[in-house]
Amino acid sequence: MSAKIITREQVLHVAELARIELSEEEIERLGADLGEMLEYVEKLGQLDTSAVEPTFQVGDPGVLTRPDVVTNEPAPERMLANAPDREGAYFKVPKIIE
Amino acid sequence: MAAENYEAVIGLEVHTHLLTRSKLFCGCSAGFGAGPNDNVCPVCMGMPGVLPVLNERAVELAIRAGLAAHAEITPLSVFDRKSYFYPDLPKGYQVSQYDLPICRGGYIELPPAADGAQKRVRLVRIHLEEDAGKNIHEAGASLVDFNRSGVPLVEIVSEPDIRSADEAVAYLRELRTLLLYLEASDGKMEEGSFRCDVNVSVRPHGTEKFGVRTEIKNLNSFRYVEKAIAYETARQIDLIESGGTVAQETHLFDSEREETRPMRSKEFANDYRYFPEPDLPPIRVGADMVEAIRAAMPELPAARRARYAAEFGLTPYEVGVLTQDRETAEYFEVVAAAVENRKAAANWVMTEVLRVVRESGKSFAVAAPPPAETAALMRMVEGSKISLTAAKTAFAAMVKAGGGAAATVESLGLAQVSDEAEIAAACERVLGAESAKVAEYRAGRDKLFGFFVGQVMKAMGGKANPKIINDILRRQLAG
Amino acid sequence: MPPAINGTGALAQNQIMPSELNRLTIAEARDRLRRRAISSRELTRDCLDRIAAIDSKLGAFLTISEHAALEQADAADKRLATGDAPALCGIPIGVKDVFATRGIRTTCASRILENFVPPFDATVIERMRADGAVFVGKTNMDEFAMGSSTENSAYKPTRNPYDLDRVPGGSSGGSAAAVAADECVAALGTDTGGSIRLPAAFCGVVGMKPTYSRVSRYGVIAYASSLDQVGPFTKTVRDTAIVMNAIAGGDPRDSTCSTRAVPDYEGALSGEVKGLRIGVPKEYFVDGMQPEVERAVRAAIAGYERTGAVIVPISLPHTEYAVAAYYLVATAEASANLARYDGVRYGLRVEADDNITLYNRTRARGFGTEVKRRIMLGTFALSAGYYDAYYLKAQKVRTLIRRDFEKAFADCDIIATPTTPATAFKIGEKTADPLQMYLSDIFTISVNLAGLPGLAFPCGYDGHGLPIGLQLIGPAFGEEPILRAADAWERSFTPRHPAL
Repeated sequence: MSAKIITREQVLHVAELARIELSEEEIERLGADLGEMLEYVEKLGQLDTSAVEPTFQVGDPGVLTRPDVVTNEPAPERMLANAPDREGAYFKVPKIIE
Repeated sequence: MAAENYEAVIGLEVHTHLLTRSKLFCGCSAGFGAGPNDNVCPVCMGMPGVLPVLNERAVELAIRAGLAAHAEITPLSVFDRKSYFYPDLPKGYQVSQYDLPICRGGYIELPPAADGAQKRVRLVRIHLEEDAGKNIHEAGASLVDFNRSGVPLVEIVSEPDIRSADEAVAYLRELRTLLLYLEASDGKMEEGSFRCDVNVSVRPHGTEKFGVRTEIKNLNSFRYVEKAIAYETARQIDLIESGGTVAQETHLFDSEREETRPMRSKEFANDYRYFPEPDLPPIRVGADMVEAIRAAMPELPAARRARYAAEFGLTPYEVGVLTQDRETAEYFEVVAAAVENRKAAANWVMTEVLRVVRESGKSFAVAAPPPAETAALMRMVEGSKISLTAAKTAFAAMVKAGGGAAATVESLGLAQVSDEAEIAAACERVLGAESAKVAEYRAGRDKLFGFFVGQVMKAMGGKANPKIINDILRRQLAG
Repeated sequence: MPPAINGTGALAQNQIMPSELNRLTIAEARDRLRRRAISSRELTRDCLDRIAAIDSKLGAFLTISEHAALEQADAADKRLATGDAPALCGIPIGVKDVFATRGIRTTCASRILENFVPPFDATVIERMRADGAVFVGKTNMDEFAMGSSTENSAYKPTRNPYDLDRVPGGSSGGSAAAVAADECVAALGTDTGGSIRLPAAFCGVVGMKPTYSRVSRYGVIAYASSLDQVGPFTKTVRDTAIVMNAIAGGDPRDSTCSTRAVPDYEGALSGEVKGLRIGVPKEYFVDGMQPEVERAVRAAIAGYERTGAVIVPISLPHTEYAVAAYYLVATAEASANLARYDGVRYGLRVEADDNITLYNRTRARGFGTEVKRRIMLGTFALSAGYYDAYYLKAQKVRTLIRRDFEKAFADCDIIATPTTPATAFKIGEKTADPLQMYLSDIFTISVNLAGLPGLAFPCGYDGHGLPIGLQLIGPAFGEEPILRAADAWERSFTPRHPAL
């Protein structure tokens, strides 16, 4: 991979932030792809944006707030219906480590 | 250098649930105590395709808190996504506020110290964010309940202006009282709706440079805050004195051992990758909206305190007790408005009323007689219709069985007799029966006066107006 | 009757009587249904039969809802009999598998949602259901809408009805192919960087991306929140106007959905283009374009000029930066939007002893390569030390691109461009190099960054008989002029049906 743009360590760090376990082959391949894309987007550096505000949203805003009213009825079975694992009305996950 | 040569530098971050009916971004109930995953919907569970819509009351309450803390209300504030993975965080990001929080600056004035000194703790910011769900740990697994996910929080961050554990607790108490007054929070630390993180560092007295600070997370009682600060301050001073350096760490407080311990997680800070929330337009708050919220705000504790001192001539201690929360203050005000002797009313509320409320553990409305009835009882005492002792009896009966003041006094026969003729007749009878003692009194044994008063009172079943007894006896004894 | 735009004198499509019901347009079906000349059941049955006959070859559908569709058709027929039925009542519709459909498996063409059954409908589904539409099934797509060819589906590729060895385009390839092959009368898709317009061009149907915020995104599984927009695939422009009338408008469940009044889009189809100023940006005619595409697009523009439109040369100088800006903004937003797929509450879970391994393995197994690629790029663009140079920078360039369009629209009413640099490529042709695949979007991506409406519709065919799409771009909330111009063209254009 294009080491000047992104190192193996950086690829592993990003994969860790994104919580995706990569195979050795994927580390190579995705690392190279990432490097290629980062090289491509360098062209944005050609533009002087020092006096430009970013655009985070386009279009019109819509209904901005809702009134403070409870509109939902309890429906735990429906909400748990897709649970991969559960115990009673709880979602169950393996041991939590920090 | 001894410990006294150092000062502690403390900043506090408080997270509190806002008292809204529904959650911050969806129509689920924000209430406490439901069955697991009862108050949950696709939005607060982070199902694919859902979108958040902001609760207007949460914005209002956050602005109230800002106004009460003399903060600047940001005309345009923005929500941001704070990304991290945790089972109780359904979307894998928390919607919070980063660069542009809803309130900036401000201060909390602590109640005056014994010497009258008044300290201000400055705030950095107040912002809105959603809470996460709850994990319950089992052996080798965890159970997740999303009822709390999406409940609105404000985070209130202070400047490191606090210099002692006492000040920290005073700040937290004042903040909590303020939020209770504003009906912004219910302040229930034991239910987790008022949580505190403490940042502690030390430096030699008189220096400006900040030391390295430790963050102690998730303290949920004032006592723990005190202990944690005491422990951590001592730990840091010892470390420095023995030539070490304080590391920037996050600690948890072990409430059993009363000490702080570093958290087991990695040392580098989480990269939260904040960016503006694309699903929510910015919050625009105009001057009109701020004024409307200000106008609808209840009277703040500091203003109320000043008013009580001036209007009712109460001491700082009395003011403190009566303004500790809105219910007490409001009860007192109704009573005080309906009587002449406000001091007596204050005393009555502070002793009799607060006692029954505290003992019952329930609200004023349930535990105590309506304030109008308490006032009626006080007026009877003022008008000498009953004695103070009789009033206490009547009050106890009113608490137990309900019933109004007048009816209770009547049914218990507690009315004080002020009929001079009746009292005079009783005095004559008593003096007539105790001629030997009368002679002793007239010969100079003044102490016997109390005996005669007692006898007359006994003869009248304890219901005679003592002042009238005094006057008549004096006249009769004078010969 | 306005003069024929393309000059061939051939009869326009809507004057031909279809021999099969599945060839009807919405307008035609609406007319026959209301007159009770046909029933919704007959129409739906014909579409389902068509699906049964060809979809094993075409691969447009991931889930077919035969039973539910016929029930809906029967209900629609009852309503039609009362004489009070909305435009979409009884019309068979295909739905890209990115829309939450209550009780019906919704996968986003990903393994990570293989068995996910939403307990709610997307708002647009709710609206169409309330209108009596008939949902025949969920269509194939690139996984999580990331792709330009539908080859990134975790399940199967979809094929182009005009040539089964070629792609239908993506990410809404299934919906485009289904409409082109008459498996349904219309379909819903989403467009984030061109995912409606590109497949519409490749498959020779009409596809529209409305102005950002025109249509509710509630219930649309998010890829890039500030770019995603819902739109229809139809056989005619009039049909697009009909669907837009049904789905556009404010939604209290979506704070980014405009409450601006919805005009009568169908009523705007006057057939008139006289005096319409059509901007033609020089940056959209690049080296390396397929010559037939350029010729067909230029011929279409010349055709407009002959019927009274005014052609205005314009420049959109920041066009060459759009793909770069998009692939930072879209992937950044996607990296957060896809964080919820963690194996905890729904979807795939890979067994693990602790939560971190749970995430790592579930996401490793559940996401395809392209999705991983984009999550990683987006995570990087937001990460500490890189946010300013990547994500923030891209959003500033986005402002420049928006301004380009604002300036251009001072001089013209609508903008005409090719939709794609070339016609449909072969399956597997571009999968080796992601960047090459990304560059298919060069003509569509700016429109999403600026949040403007864009419409693609067939204006010709190349030597292989593959469709060529013209793109019309409008100013914000300018759906009417582009619909009007496209409809005017269509009145004199005879589209070719695929041989399938």
